[in-house]
Amino acid sequence: MESIKDKVAIVGMGCRKFGENWEQSSDDMIIEAVYEAYEDAGVGPNDIQAAWVGTIASGAAGVCLAEPLKLPRIPITRVENFCATGHEALRNAAFAVACGMYDVVLACGFEKLKDTGVGGLGVGRGLHPVLEGRRTGPGTFAFIATRYFYTYGLSREEGKRTIAQIAVKNHHNGSLHPKAHFQREVTLEQVMNAPIIAWPLGLFDCCGTTDGAAAAIITRADLAKKFRDDPIYLKGIGLAANQILPHFEPGFDWTGFEMNRSAARQAYEQAGIKDPRKEMSLAIVHDCFTITELIIYEDLGFSPKGRAKEDVDAGTFTLEGELPINTDGGLKSFGHPIGASGIRMTYEVYKQLQGKAGPRQIKDARLGLSHTLGGPPQVACIAVFGNSPG
Amino acid sequence: MPGITSYGAYIPLHRVERSEFRRAWGGFPIPGERVIANFDEDSITMAVESAIDCLRGIDPKTVDGLFFATTTSPYKERLGASIMAVALDMRRDALTMDISGSLRAGTTAIATALNTVKAGAAKSILVAAADCRIGAPSGDFEQALGDGGAALLLGGDQPIATIEGSYSISDDFSGVWRADGDVFVRSWEDRMVLDEGYSAVLPEAISGLMKDYNIKAGDFAKVVYDCPPDFRRHARVARSLGFDAAQVQDPMFMTVGITGAAMAPMMLVAALEEAKPGDKILLASYGNGADAFLLEVTEEINRVGERRGIKKHLASKRMIANYETYLRWRGLITLEAARRPEKSPTSISAVWRARKQILGLYGARCKSCGTPQYTSPALGGVPIRICVVCQAKDQFEDYRFADKRANIFSFTHDNLAASPDPPVTITVVDFEGGGRAVFDFTDRDPDKVEVGMPVEMTFRKLFFDRGIHNYYWKTRPIRC
Repeated sequence: MESIKDKVAIVGMGCRKFGENWEQSSDDMIIEAVYEAYEDAGVGPNDIQAAWVGTIASGAAGVCLAEPLKLPRIPITRVENFCATGHEALRNAAFAVACGMYDVVLACGFEKLKDTGVGGLGVGRGLHPVLEGRRTGPGTFAFIATRYFYTYGLSREEGKRTIAQIAVKNHHNGSLHPKAHFQREVTLEQVMNAPIIAWPLGLFDCCGTTDGAAAAIITRADLAKKFRDDPIYLKGIGLAANQILPHFEPGFDWTGFEMNRSAARQAYEQAGIKDPRKEMSLAIVHDCFTITELIIYEDLGFSPKGRAKEDVDAGTFTLEGELPINTDGGLKSFGHPIGASGIRMTYEVYKQLQGKAGPRQIKDARLGLSHTLGGPPQVACIAVFGNSPG
Repeated sequence: MPGITSYGAYIPLHRVERSEFRRAWGGFPIPGERVIANFDEDSITMAVESAIDCLRGIDPKTVDGLFFATTTSPYKERLGASIMAVALDMRRDALTMDISGSLRAGTTAIATALNTVKAGAAKSILVAAADCRIGAPSGDFEQALGDGGAALLLGGDQPIATIEGSYSISDDFSGVWRADGDVFVRSWEDRMVLDEGYSAVLPEAISGLMKDYNIKAGDFAKVVYDCPPDFRRHARVARSLGFDAAQVQDPMFMTVGITGAAMAPMMLVAALEEAKPGDKILLASYGNGADAFLLEVTEEINRVGERRGIKKHLASKRMIANYETYLRWRGLITLEAARRPEKSPTSISAVWRARKQILGLYGARCKSCGTPQYTSPALGGVPIRICVVCQAKDQFEDYRFADKRANIFSFTHDNLAASPDPPVTITVVDFEGGGRAVFDFTDRDPDKVEVGMPVEMTFRKLFFDRGIHNYYWKTRPIRC
């Protein structure tokens, strides 16, 4: 089995401002994201040889990308893999280039969540006509918090305070990003005292419902410097789908996900990473809920199992900390237009590794990852990027 | 002589003081409290609960039939008993029937079951009666009615009480009624209703029985007969027939309310809970005529196992917060719709395919590694074919979770999910003996839910959508 390491590079990216884009359709957002990526890479529509588009519910088939961009009769495939949908577009595009089939391809992800008229994810009913009728995102992820607090002996107060610090951190980072949906800071007290959505998760423990689109131009690593001086290389990409809905998995501990660990193992092994906490410069991870980010610290090898709280309390993952996480504000600040998120996260890794992250720029960024955890949850994807080959 | 071989009952957890109705509407309160079925309960779920209680220690596959007696079937054209038979894990060739249309449907079902057994067409028939009638807001019925169920197993094999005789009258006086499309009970002028109906026809049937079988009033250890909405008339019937107050079975008007077709069967269960061998019991029920039966308790009464019956269910209760909760649970006011995505229609074919998993709560146990497991809904509810633990293929045996207790592994109170009883409490549970699954948690006090809490399964209605009542199982605290 070969590694994807240093076989392909991203040479251009775009990200439409995330938010309640009432005045924009999916098509408008796609055009803005993709044309920013074109410009960034110095290419145009006629340079794109194939494309992958990710959306969970805002469009169908490859034509949802072909139509707005008027891409002329090239291969376009729509992909969907729960919240890893954006990553899936990147992953398939990268593999197509790596096998030598194409030289320049486009990966785009988008979602229009604000046309449903309801709060929360407007993605439909669930997985079964009867059994899954009432599941909500916060309801499912709250199981993690209940069990994590119980397992590690955190009182309600301690548990809530731990995850609240993640909300404060991410909203601070988001206040520094002009494309974030939410650009205001929040205080610990605001987070702790917010109305409960699904106990123990309060309003600020949950990410927003948002519209957005993001795009990437991918080429062969050996061609990358023809497009720009600072291409970003794909070092590894791992994807794992759980074999059963965790709710029904005998013995599952609900304090972390083996699919996260599996996707991390795959990506780290391809990238040659032994100690992710020391080697990674930054990580943009799936903070759909604050508790999710807490267990991701442990699943991705940044904190020892059961001890993420110590790192949170020590400020390890802040912009100034040892390993900055969600430097752009994460899903907490950007919201979660599902198909777009994996590529939006990669957009921040890309900018940080190029040293173009403005007020959020971290020092000496060399290696970064983006991570999504999708579904009830049942799928995880991790992509590791670096700014130099080797 | 055939008779009753087992009994069980169900009374919902929730009660309301009748003074709450006065708080809402003014007027005259009737004394006492009444039972309120939870928002996820109806006549089918209460009948299933009663039947489960009745079948404790009895293999449901040995029962030859199920008669569901009610005046509030959720369906006009779909058999309630066939839904219940799957939930109760009965045989496919069980005789199923709904008996409806009259407040004496419960006793009519008993008579029909008894005659079926006597005719040799079945060895045993389970009668499950339940009702959930609704009185229009601000009226007397709203206060007087109650919800509940009872189940009786009839057969010839070692009955706990033999049915020695019966007497029936058909009478077309209709004092209370509901026409097709009526939600609320209608009533004619109440003095006429009682004088020419209940107070005339019920004693006529009882007297007829006593005359036919040469029984005197004093021969009965207990007399069990329906109570009308004006509960004072119940005692008046006893006086007119010469029964002592001590002989009269409490109609539970002050604690439960009038439970329609389930009333006489519920009172009979209460009587059997106290009965001694040799006791003669009168059972009578009124509704467009009347049925009366003579029962004699046998020595077998002493071998009836643990039942929740009436006594334990009655003692296990929680008062609802207020009248508005009742209106919401019964769907009597239109509330703002929850701002959640539109539900896609229920797929009859998908639900039918998974009927054993959904209605019967069947999972599977891997014959290779021994792990009990429940189907992930992601698979569409069809039987598991590949083991999640050891990946053995098609090496499963049926495994029923409905009768297993469990412990809460994790939970949440979800305020975002739509429900008539927010928040939606959802539990991830581990079954005793193995198996992990997720269920809504009903009849719970949100402040008292914790990890490790023991729970049991209860058959409930998940939701009604586009003409389809979707039933499934929920967890609840160990009831009693």
